[in-house]
Amino acid sequence: MTQPLPPHVEVAGLTKRFGSFTALDDVSIRFAPGCFHALLGENGAGKSTLVKCLMGYHQPDGGSVAVDGREIGIANPRTAHALGLGMVYQHFTLVPSMTVAENLYVGRDLLPQVIDWRSARAEIDAFMTRMPFRVPVDARAEELSAGEKQKVEILKQLFHGRRFLILDEPTSVLTPQEAEDMLGLLAGMAKTKALSVLLITHKMREVLAFADEVTVLRRGRQVTGGAVADFNAASLAESMVGATAFEATTKRDGARKGGEEVLEVVDLTADGDRGNRALAGVSLTVRAGEILGIAGVSGNGQRELVDVLCGQRHATGGVVAVDGEPYHARRGEMRDHRVGILPEEPMRNGCVRTMTVAENLGLHTFDRPPIARGGFWIDHHVLREKAKALIARFNIRTQGPDAPVTSLSGGNVQRLVLARELDRAPRLMIAANPCFGLDVAAVAAIHDELVAARNRGAAILLLSEDLDELLALSDRIAVMFGGRLVYETGIETADVGALGRHMAGDGAEAA
Amino acid sequence: MDAFGARTDGLAGRRRRPFLIRSAANAALAEAILIPIAAVGVAFVLFGLFLAVVGSPPLEVFSSIYRGAFGTWFSWQNTLVRAAPLMLVALCTTIPAQLGLVVIGGDGAVLLGGLMAALCGLVLAGAPAAVGLAVMAACAAVVGAGWIGLVGALRHYRGVNETISSLLFTYLAVSVFRHLVQGPLRDPETQNYPGTYPIDPAFAIGEIPSTNIHWGLAAGIVACIAIWIVIKRTPFGQAMRVVGGNPRAARIAGLPVGLLTVAACALGGAFAGLAGFFEVSAVIGRANSALYAHYGLSAVLVSFVARHNAAAVIPAAIAVGGIRAAGGLVQRAHGLPDATVMVFEGIVFLVVLWSASWYGRTPLSRMAADGK
Ligand SMILES: Nc1ncnc2c1ncn2[C@@H]1O[C@H](COP(=O)(O)OP(=O)(O)OP(=O)(O)O)[C@@H](O)[C@H]1O
Ligand SMILES: [Mg+2]
Repeated sequence: MTQPLPPHVEVAGLTKRFGSFTALDDVSIRFAPGCFHALLGENGAGKSTLVKCLMGYHQPDGGSVAVDGREIGIANPRTAHALGLGMVYQHFTLVPSMTVAENLYVGRDLLPQVIDWRSARAEIDAFMTRMPFRVPVDARAEELSAGEKQKVEILKQLFHGRRFLILDEPTSVLTPQEAEDMLGLLAGMAKTKALSVLLITHKMREVLAFADEVTVLRRGRQVTGGAVADFNAASLAESMVGATAFEATTKRDGARKGGEEVLEVVDLTADGDRGNRALAGVSLTVRAGEILGIAGVSGNGQRELVDVLCGQRHATGGVVAVDGEPYHARRGEMRDHRVGILPEEPMRNGCVRTMTVAENLGLHTFDRPPIARGGFWIDHHVLREKAKALIARFNIRTQGPDAPVTSLSGGNVQRLVLARELDRAPRLMIAANPCFGLDVAAVAAIHDELVAARNRGAAILLLSEDLDELLALSDRIAVMFGGRLVYETGIETADVGALGRHMAGDGAEAA
Repeated sequence: MDAFGARTDGLAGRRRRPFLIRSAANAALAEAILIPIAAVGVAFVLFGLFLAVVGSPPLEVFSSIYRGAFGTWFSWQNTLVRAAPLMLVALCTTIPAQLGLVVIGGDGAVLLGGLMAALCGLVLAGAPAAVGLAVMAACAAVVGAGWIGLVGALRHYRGVNETISSLLFTYLAVSVFRHLVQGPLRDPETQNYPGTYPIDPAFAIGEIPSTNIHWGLAAGIVACIAIWIVIKRTPFGQAMRVVGGNPRAARIAGLPVGLLTVAACALGGAFAGLAGFFEVSAVIGRANSALYAHYGLSAVLVSFVARHNAAAVIPAAIAVGGIRAAGGLVQRAHGLPDATVMVFEGIVFLVVLWSASWYGRTPLSRMAADGK
C-alpha cells in the first residue's frame, strides 16, 4: 500500500502575544513534505509557543497556518491531529501498566465504545511491519527503557496517521546513544517522505547531524534560517544569542585534597516507585571544595538517591550526615547547613504551579525575616523585591515577579530554581542534570556558577547523564549502576572507555 | 489622563482594554465571582424543572424561598442563626483544603464538641458564667481538633484517604454520641428526644443586642476573616498552600508536611467543635439529637461554593443558611415536604462541583490570555 505524503505545512506572519508581551513576532516558515526541520533558539525564544500554535494549544494573534495549501484555523489539538499533525513531548504520556499495543491504540482522539482487541491487534501488527524499527508490542510500557518509550511515543503518532511530527526537546531523557538512534530513524523516514519532522533542541550536534533545514528564533523573531549545510555550530550559536564562544570561563582552582567532609552517605538503601530496590547500599563522601560527579545511565538509582537526599523519599536503611550531623532534609537542617538542591524536572519537583514567580523564588525564605516580619507576617513587598533582584541577577526571562510560574519557558523554570538555590550560598549543592533543556549560553553560565561555588568551598554532588559535563566539571567521578556506586576515579585518571564500560554494567570484566 | 484630559500615559492612541480582561489575574478574579453566581443560576433552572415536574409553580416557590430566607427581618435573623454554625463548620473543610485535602466530616466534630461542651456545663454548674463558657468553648474546640486531627494523622502516617475516614469518623461519632446520650448521660425526663441534663441557664451564651441572633454569628464571621488572613498572609498559610500546590516541592523546601497536615485538620476541627459549643450553649441548652442536624454536608457545600476561600465562606454560608431557613415556609405555603429545600441544596452542590471545571475556560480568561 502506498502511503500518503506528509502534509505540506506553512506558517506565515505568525504572531502570538501574551498580554503586552510578544512571544512570537511575524514568523514565516514552509515545511515541505519529508523535511527534517530544526527549530533553534535560546530559552524563552518562543519555540514551544510556535509549535503550540501549530497544535492548537494557543490561538495566534496574527498570521496564518496553511495545511496542504488551505489556510486553516487550528482551534484545538484534535483539529491538528485530524490534519496529520502530532506532537511528541519531552515527558512520556504512555500508561505504564498497559502494554505497548494497548498504548498505541488508546491514543486515539475518538475511541470506540467497545474496543475489538482482535482486529485492533491485527491492525497494529500490520502497521508494525511497515515501520523501520521494532518495539516489543506485548511488553508493558513500564518495562521499557527510556529510548524504547520514546520510540513508542513516535509510533503512536504514526499509527494514528500523524505524519507531521513535532518533537519538543525529545532527547533530554535519552542517553546520547538512544538519541542518535531515534533521530537517525526519524531522518531515514523523512528521506523516504514517510513523515516530516520539526525538532526543537538545544543540542547543536543533533541539528548538524540530522536536520536538513533550520530556523533560529530570538526573542520571538525569526533571525535566520535555511539549509543546515550553510551553517556551522559557531554561526548558529552566533545567530541564537549574538556570540560564538560558549566556554565556561571559571576554572577549578587547584585540587582540593583534604577539605572537611560535608556530605557523608553510608550504605543508603531505598525502594523505587514500584517497590523495587532502587538503592542497594550507596556510600559516598563529598568534601568541601570539590565536585563529585555521578555518572550512569538513567534508571540506575540516581533519581531515588536525589529523592532521598532532598526528603522526597524515605530511606529504608543507611545514614546521611551533613557536617558530621545526621541529616533528614528538614527545613531547619537545610537552612543551617545551607543545602541547595537542583532537582531534575524542576517544575514537577521544585516549583508550585499555582503560585507566582516571586512565591516560587521565595520558597526557602518566606517564613523568615525579612520576608516574614517577626516570623509571622509575610511582607509581599519584600518578597517581590527579593524576587526582582534574583530575576535580574540570574537573567530569568519573565514578565515580572507576579507572573504565574507556569508562564515561564522550560529553560527559565530551570533558571528560577537555580537562582533560588544559589541564593542561599550553598555549602552543599546537590544537582541532578542541571542543564537539561538549557540553551548553550545558560549551560555555560550554570557550569560557571557550579565551579565558582566549588572554588568558594562548597561541596557539590553532581548527577548527570552527560559524560562531557561530568568530565569538564568534576574532581572525582563515580559510576552508578544497579543502585550502587560501582566505580570511582579521580579526574586525572578518568577515562571515557572505562566509565562507559562500568555504566553499561560490565565493570567486572573490565576491571 | 491628567486634569486637562490629555493622555499622559504611554498608551496614547491605544485603547485601554476592559478591566475584566486586562490581565489574567483580573480575569481570574472575575471568574471567581461570576462562576459561583452562574452556577447557582443554573441550579435554579434545574430546581425549577424539578418543581415543574412535581407540579409546583417554580416561580412562586422561588419567591417563597426568597421570602423565607431574606424577605423580612425575622427571616433574616432565622437565616443568620443557621449561617453561624455553617461558617464555623465550613472552616473544617476550608482549612484542610489548602493542602489539597477534602475533609467532609465536620459533623462528627460538631457532635462530640457539643457533647463535651454540655458535659463541661454540667460539671461546672454554679461556676461564674464567664468561666463556665470559656471552659465549655475550649473543651469543645479541643475535642473537635483532636477528632479531625486524627483524620489528618491517619492520612499522613497511614495513607488513609481523608474523605472516607472523615465520613466514617462521623458515623463513629454519631454512635458514640447516641450511646452516651441514650445511656449513661441520659436525663430520664427526656422521652422522645433523648438528651443530657440541661446545662446551667447561666451558661447560655447571649444574643447580639437587639436581635435574636446568638454570638455564634459574630464568632463565625471573625473566625472566617481571621483564617482568611492567616492563609493569605502568614508563613503557616503559605506553607499550607505550598503543600497543596505541590507536595514534592514542599518536601524539597523541607516543610514539615505531616505536621502541617495534622495542624490544618486540627484547626478546622476546632472550629467545628466550637460550632457544637454554640449550638449547645445558645440554642439547645443541652446535648441531644438536635445537634445532629447534618451541618457537615451543608458546610461542605458552603466551602465548595466559596472555592475554599475563607472570606467567601461568609456570604456562601448566609446563602445556604437562607435556603435552610426557607424550608418551613416552603412547606407551609406549597404543601411541599420539608426536604424540598434539601433537593435544591443538593442540586446546587452538584452544579457547583461541576462548575469547578469552568475556571480558566470561560471566554473571559481566553480573551485575557490571548491579549486581545
Ligand atoms: N501562557 C503564557 N503566559 C505568558 N507568557 C508566556 C506563556 N507561555 C509562554 N510565555 C512566554 O513566552 C516566551 C516564550 O516561551 P516559550 O515557551 O515558547 O520558550 P521556548 O523557546 O520554548 O524556551 P525553552 O527553550 O526555555 O523551552 C517566554 O518568555 C515565556 O515566558
Ligand atoms: Mg520550550
